[in-house]
Amino acid sequence: MQAFSTFKGIVVPLDRANVDTDAIIPKQFLKSVKRSGFGPNLFDEWRYLDQGEPGIDNSKRPLNPDFVLNNPRYKGASILLARANFGCGSSREHAPWALEDFGFRVIIAPSFADIFFNNSFKNGLLPIVLDENIVDEYFSAENNAEINAETYELTVNLATQTITDPDGKVQHFEIDAFRKHCLLNGLDDIGLTLQHVQAIKSYEQKRKQQAPWLFT
Amino acid sequence: MQTRTLYDKLWDAHVVREDENGTALLYIDRHLIHEVTSPQAFEGLRLAHRNVWRINANIATADHNVPTTGLEQGITDPVAKIQVETLDTNCDEFGIQEFGMGDIRQGIVHVMGPEQGATLPGMTVVCGDSHTSTHGAFGALAHGIGTSEVEHVLATQCLIQRKSKNLLIDVSGPLSPGITAKDVVLAIIGEIGTAGGTGHAIEFAGEGIMSLSIEGRMTVCNMAIEAGARSGVIAVDEKTIDYFEGRPFAPKGEMWTQAVAAWKTLHSDAGAQFDRTVKIDGAKIKPQVTWGTSPEMVVTIDDKVPDPATENDSVKREGMIAALKYMGLAANTPITAIMLDKIFIGSCTNSRIEDLRAAAVVAKGKKVASNIKQALVVPGSGLIKAQAEAEGLDQIFIDAGFEWRSPGCSMCLAMNADRLEPGERCASTSNRNFEGRQGKGGRTHLVSPAMAAAAAIAGHFSHINKG
Ligand code: SF4
Repeated sequence: MQAFSTFKGIVVPLDRANVDTDAIIPKQFLKSVKRSGFGPNLFDEWRYLDQGEPGIDNSKRPLNPDFVLNNPRYKGASILLARANFGCGSSREHAPWALEDFGFRVIIAPSFADIFFNNSFKNGLLPIVLDENIVDEYFSAENNAEINAETYELTVNLATQTITDPDGKVQHFEIDAFRKHCLLNGLDDIGLTLQHVQAIKSYEQKRKQQAPWLFT
Repeated sequence: MQTRTLYDKLWDAHVVREDENGTALLYIDRHLIHEVTSPQAFEGLRLAHRNVWRINANIATADHNVPTTGLEQGITDPVAKIQVETLDTNCDEFGIQEFGMGDIRQGIVHVMGPEQGATLPGMTVVCGDSHTSTHGAFGALAHGIGTSEVEHVLATQCLIQRKSKNLLIDVSGPLSPGITAKDVVLAIIGEIGTAGGTGHAIEFAGEGIMSLSIEGRMTVCNMAIEAGARSGVIAVDEKTIDYFEGRPFAPKGEMWTQAVAAWKTLHSDAGAQFDRTVKIDGAKIKPQVTWGTSPEMVVTIDDKVPDPATENDSVKREGMIAALKYMGLAANTPITAIMLDKIFIGSCTNSRIEDLRAAAVVAKGKKVASNIKQALVVPGSGLIKAQAEAEGLDQIFIDAGFEWRSPGCSMCLAMNADRLEPGERCASTSNRNFEGRQGKGGRTHLVSPAMAAAAAIAGHFSHINKG
């Protein structure tokens, strides 16, 4: 996993609530047995006008001009600004894989669905929860920047847990200490857990006595 | 001693170790595996030269991609074929038991588990699928995980977790005649919203819940995830114990007696503290139909499609306008005036035998309306299919003009050939009405099996008792 440090990125506003994982990466792309290559099909049904299928050349497909990711303004974007309950629905980790493969490193929203939130951390993608009114402010600031034809970039610093806007205004965010530690150091969960082999084995011993039917 | 909720008890029994910051290592008793979310996990194990920690804690089946018709030809979609074959190879290589295509026990993973007694009360159950919440219906702590966690469970038999909060949903009883588990859970989601349970484990309780069969309780817990909760639990009672007796993987003899004694403690203590409680009047629940693109966009059969003009919250209003546009519906249309193109009876929500029986009662001696292009009945497992055929349900459906299929996820998510075409409208017994869920541009209305059958006969939504 990619370790996460400070970085500055272009913000894409995705102004709708309850964006589900079916929308993030439609099911036909879940047939892949690989972990990478989902980026071109991120938000496939919103992004293209035709029906996407695995294996077709995405560069030849008609783009939906009304979809925000297709706006040249957001080329190279790495921060997704979203609404409540982002990532609801299916548990597919293909959703964070697709977002990460596309180039996103941070998603800011008032709330996330639990499984998606959890999956994101395992893939070097940082979901940041902020108050609804702060998220609103970012949406309008981005919108104003667009009207004035200015760029809108935010700087995210995980170590200090801050977001800095183009005017230098600093916003603090909360994050679980363990998750922060893993993300900052690019740590692999499995390796961490295997440091506790003895604890797992003694739990199993004890449990076998209490509930032997679980071990048949 | 301190009083505890059912969730507290299940959690406490599975903590291997806990850090001061509240991060726990939670032991997993049963891991269910299917073809879509596991290949990358097995690949990860191989790359790191890791083994499976406890092989017999894992059970696999293929469901998402399997065809439900023409099984003799095998899978014709080459990409899907590779995925199903990859599952076979992975299970072979690591020695994991799999109910593959052609095995009568094969079926939707959440139907297969309880049916085999492979998921039991008191267990922690995980699977790379969000509807793992289903198994909470019989007092198990069950939730969906992502592929990295699938790999984590394979390698360590544990998950790194933080405890959720406790949410009690208390549904009073009795329910009105003809009201099913699906109506109950849709009404709950309509009440608390699709993010209502986020960060919580929901306990469903009250006479309205306990009067349901174990199958019905599975329908309720299945959709806990649509209310934003990774897991839903229901206390163990006599029905639970009767349900598991004699199932292939259930304990036998002395061990059965021991297990039953332990299971009888699986309920919240009197006076246990919940972080939140929601009370629902079960007697007021009517047959439910979703009108939009989120399960919370739900009304009753007597209602009309809601009007965004009456919504004050602007984000919600925009959401309603977008949903109506996608669904091709005008505000204030009576639900019973909505004409349908397809019918789908199946999915891990509603493909068990009692669901098929409920639909067959409505369909018996009737004909599917001429405007319905296709009406599918897809049993949840090979065993349910055989049971339904033994009861003659298949013939009732076929005589009425339904197609009788083989088990799988099918049109619930349309990964195989069963899908909606753009603009087609479907009454579906599945759990998600998201945009494109049943096929790009397809329009899904979630209902109970009886309501879906009634809609097939009428060609539009209709009261169950009016046929
Ligand atoms: S039936 Fe639908 S919801 Fe259930 S496991 Fe299959 S795809 Fe998922």
